Amino acid sequence: MSDDPAPSDPVFDPAKAAPFLMARAHNGWLGLRYNAHGEDWVELELPWRADLLGEDGREVLASGPIVSLMDMASGLSIWTRMNTFRAIATLDLRVDYTRPARERMSVFGRAQCYRSTRSAFFVRGVAHDGDPDDPVAHIQGVFMNIVARTVALPAEGAANV
Amino acid sequence: MSDTPDIRVLTPYARSLGISVDRWEDRVPVVRVAFSEAVLGRPGALHGGAISGLLETAGYGALRARLAQDGREAGMKPINITVQFLRSGKEKPSFASARIVKLGRRTANISVEAWQDDRTKPIASAVMNVMITEPAA
Repeated sequence: MSDDPAPSDPVFDPAKAAPFLMARAHNGWLGLRYNAHGEDWVELELPWRADLLGEDGREVLASGPIVSLMDMASGLSIWTRMNTFRAIATLDLRVDYTRPARERMSVFGRAQCYRSTRSAFFVRGVAHDGDPDDPVAHIQGVFMNIVARTVALPAEGAANV
Repeated sequence: MSDTPDIRVLTPYARSLGISVDRWEDRVPVVRVAFSEAVLGRPGALHGGAISGLLETAGYGALRARLAQDGREAGMKPINITVQFLRSGKEKPSFASARIVKLGRRTANISVEAWQDDRTKPIASAVMNVMITEPAA
């Protein structure tokens, strides 16, 4: 892989970073929580809440918060795979709703960064309400590096801008 | 009269996030969200998820208004949404409005744009497919 983190890059631990990154702003308002992670994936929880419903009278979480959940899980999966925290931007995010979530249930968002290049990160994932094998939604997203990284090539004497 | 149909444009989630109907344009609601901590993403920028929520609200609002106008009592279920993030949203009010590209008996295809100061420079766009369901008997 051409884009392994440099040895000096900090180690990114989603279990430690996620609570900090989700303590405030939109993620904090939603009440997102860290749940689990692997080498290239992270799972977050969006707890059920009465003021986040998609319809009056039906106690099912709206789809907007699910997009937020998957966006954040995607970012964390990228940093986990890269083992470093860097500025990224969502280019596009597609969400296919395969079935309604159950009433009064948390929604869990599991995202996996399955491919990375110098400039782009490709993510897929599922949102589920307890069983990852029975998702409520599938997602696909592309993210990009905001700050282009300069790769120094000392052997060739390349300029390090 | 039917320019502003008596329909529920805002979901509990939308109201909670601070989304309101700013105005109606040609029987289509323009929705607005003020900048607040609740929609903040990384420092100084709107959260992509909050923008998506605004886009979805505009999409469902436009569809519900059209269905009401056509005298159709129907429910709506999301099939999918694809959001393109075009520019970083700034710390200012954001707006969104939708166009029903195709309205069938069972599905609707909707195109939505969100902007801030300049409508010709959208910060995000989305395409949504929505299932139109029969009202519960």
